[in-house]
Amino acid sequence: MHPIRKKRLTIVLFLIAGIAVAVGLTTYALRQNINLFYDPSQISAGEAPVDVRIRAGGMVEEGSVLRDPESLQVEFRVTDFSASVPVVYVGILPDLFAEGQGVVAMGKLDGKGRFVADQVLAKHDENYMPPEVADALAKSAKDRAEYGAKYGEGSSNAPTY
Amino acid sequence: MYPELGQLALILSLLLAVLLSVIPLVGSIAGRDNLQAFARPLASGMFVFVALAFAVLTQAFLTDDFSVAYVANNSNSLLPWYFKFSAVWGGHEGSLLLWILMLAGWTLAVAVFSRRLPSVVVSQVLSILGMVTVGFLLFILITSNPFDRLLPNVPADGADLNPLLQDFGLIVHPPMLYMGYVGFAVAFAFAIAALINGRLDAAWARWSRPWTTVAWSFLSIGIALGSWWAYYELGWGGWWFWDPVENASLLPWLSGTALMHSLAVTEKRGVFKSWTVLLAIVTFALSLLGTFLVRSGVLTSVHAFASDPERGVFLLALLAVTVIASLTLYAFRAPVVHVRARYGSMSREIFLLLNNVMLVSATLLVAVGTLYPLVLDYLEMGKLSIGEPFFNITFSPLAVATGLLMGAGIFSRWKKTDGGWLGRKLLWPLAISLVVTAAVLVGYGGFTPWACAGVFTAVWVAVATFWDLWEKSASRKGRLHGLKRQSRSYYGMVFGHLGLAITMAGATIVSNYGIERDVRMVPGDVATVGDYQFVFRDIGERRGANFTAQYGSFDVLVDGEKIADLHPEKRQYSVGMSVMTEADIDAGLFRDIFVAVGERISDNAWAIRLQYKPLVRWLWLGAIFMAAGGFLAISDRRYRVRERSAQKSNAGVPSGNATESAGAVS
Repeated sequence: MHPIRKKRLTIVLFLIAGIAVAVGLTTYALRQNINLFYDPSQISAGEAPVDVRIRAGGMVEEGSVLRDPESLQVEFRVTDFSASVPVVYVGILPDLFAEGQGVVAMGKLDGKGRFVADQVLAKHDENYMPPEVADALAKSAKDRAEYGAKYGEGSSNAPTY
Repeated sequence: MYPELGQLALILSLLLAVLLSVIPLVGSIAGRDNLQAFARPLASGMFVFVALAFAVLTQAFLTDDFSVAYVANNSNSLLPWYFKFSAVWGGHEGSLLLWILMLAGWTLAVAVFSRRLPSVVVSQVLSILGMVTVGFLLFILITSNPFDRLLPNVPADGADLNPLLQDFGLIVHPPMLYMGYVGFAVAFAFAIAALINGRLDAAWARWSRPWTTVAWSFLSIGIALGSWWAYYELGWGGWWFWDPVENASLLPWLSGTALMHSLAVTEKRGVFKSWTVLLAIVTFALSLLGTFLVRSGVLTSVHAFASDPERGVFLLALLAVTVIASLTLYAFRAPVVHVRARYGSMSREIFLLLNNVMLVSATLLVAVGTLYPLVLDYLEMGKLSIGEPFFNITFSPLAVATGLLMGAGIFSRWKKTDGGWLGRKLLWPLAISLVVTAAVLVGYGGFTPWACAGVFTAVWVAVATFWDLWEKSASRKGRLHGLKRQSRSYYGMVFGHLGLAITMAGATIVSNYGIERDVRMVPGDVATVGDYQFVFRDIGERRGANFTAQYGSFDVLVDGEKIADLHPEKRQYSVGMSVMTEADIDAGLFRDIFVAVGERISDNAWAIRLQYKPLVRWLWLGAIFMAAGGFLAISDRRYRVRERSAQKSNAGVPSGNATESAGAVS
């Protein structure tokens, strides 16, 4: 083969090999590490998979935070005001974690409908709402408004955000 | 009154930027020297007015002018003066102004330090930088004016700077990062100018190299500062989260690293030209992409100030125009450039090519992991996030492979390297690396596969670098003479590669051998982490300038002997009522000891995080080495000597023909 062509061929082969490895690794790793987001309504309706790492988010229900005084375990409920899910977490909560604030938690659902979190995120800014949570709340508010319109029930008790 | 002057200065600089992006370019294409002569004065004028606007905004902050909306939102009269100063870039509008100031500064630097370049090239480069500046000045004036007033209802006091940002890290991190981001605009401008001229030659590569290297060095420092700041300020001891915002800065760094190496091949051997140009375009596009991701509000993080969709659209349009225009130009012009240089299938060229393949693959990986969730979300195909493990398992093998290749590549020669010869050369470094790696792993006591791979790669790179230096510096006049004889750009490479080895060693050791414990403690409790005992003495109140804090006191003991006295805090800021955790760290070259106070569990019990972080400082030390290498490389004599000879040969020639003569010199 012509030496220049041979050289070009080597380069192309290198590139293809590199890209193939990268694509292979990426797809493999992606499959393992995609964490889907579920809101409390979806979780309580049983739409979320059990024992798979997912993300869940909503508002921390007022008065739901229970601390174990002897360990770092804490339990609270996350709500989108249509449904709520109990969350268990062992560890240090972020500074901006508080009742009535939006949070996103990473973890798995156990068989009993509890969300066992290994990570809880509250954002840096006290005015900030995680976008997933904002969407989930908006969706749940809309559902309730439609429900209210249909069955003649006022949606006046829906909280305002 | 002053804020209006600031806005006027911005408008004037926009006018000058428009002129700069047209007049010299037209002059260079039409061959009119009198038009090209406008390039430098226009660049200087543009810088002066942007600097003026920046000074006005700074003054508004320092004098607590809360009639300016941006000041009112991001400052407070209680802030100490240095935080008022850094608050100038603590929000979206001001940080954008800083971005533009940097861009105008780089443009001015090109105008000043390119006296010896052919005027056609200078005119075109400055014109292109002018175009980029026009884009950003329009952006700031239309969507994000920092000088907007709150009249007549001037607030009595400001809303305060986010407490997370009240920190030394914030004073220095953004300027360094922006210097890097924006610096790649210069490499981009040189690449576009070369495409317009059809002159992608060694001279072009030599002119681009120092600019690229400086930008890369600043970016390295900027990323390291961000990581360091996250470590002590918001990360609870984490130093890299694969957060999209971090990735946004890593992307141009990776492709910029590839660009630096590819430019070296193009300068020395005249090959890879089209590829190098493409990398220059991609690197700057990634800088713009980073700006878009961070500034548009599509991401959520401490950096995402703006949630105004208009801004995102504007930035996306700017990015699209830049990418489409430059790639179109590339498509038309790049094939013109042909290469006749030979190199074997085992040569330094090939090793550098592999380096590029690795770095570009890494760039793609990080880009996929960062953008995939955003794209899916945009297409309403579901909300998901990609976890850290994705990046760890894909990025680590690439980093290891890059390091292993680098060790061999250091010894390889241009054109052709004999495989057997290279293999024999690598034997000793390989043996030494294996022994050192084994010693390190035994010392830390643990043999996970990743620890082995990471430590070996780091040691291998360092040993190969030193071995090569030792061989090159052999001299009959003695070792010292041999060491002095090496060029500064060679030392630049040595420092850069050692820096990578240091960072890799730090990352591997701290990830594999660090210990982290969250415990419940009451005053008087003792907790053990590794060899360290932490005694929780007490916790009380302390008042700061604009906060009150729960002030903890810990003694750290090793074998019953006190080695440190740490005081982590939980701060409550009085203005925004926000709470902040201030960790306390006993820092050392070989280990950090870290204590942070979490929340109060009951009356006197607290959640406490205790950490032992071996070699964590090496992460950032490595970045300092890399940047030092970059600055050493550009101080190399050859950039000046050849420029001087270029000047000599230009002396008798009219400037219109300067390109030819400069081409001849190379």
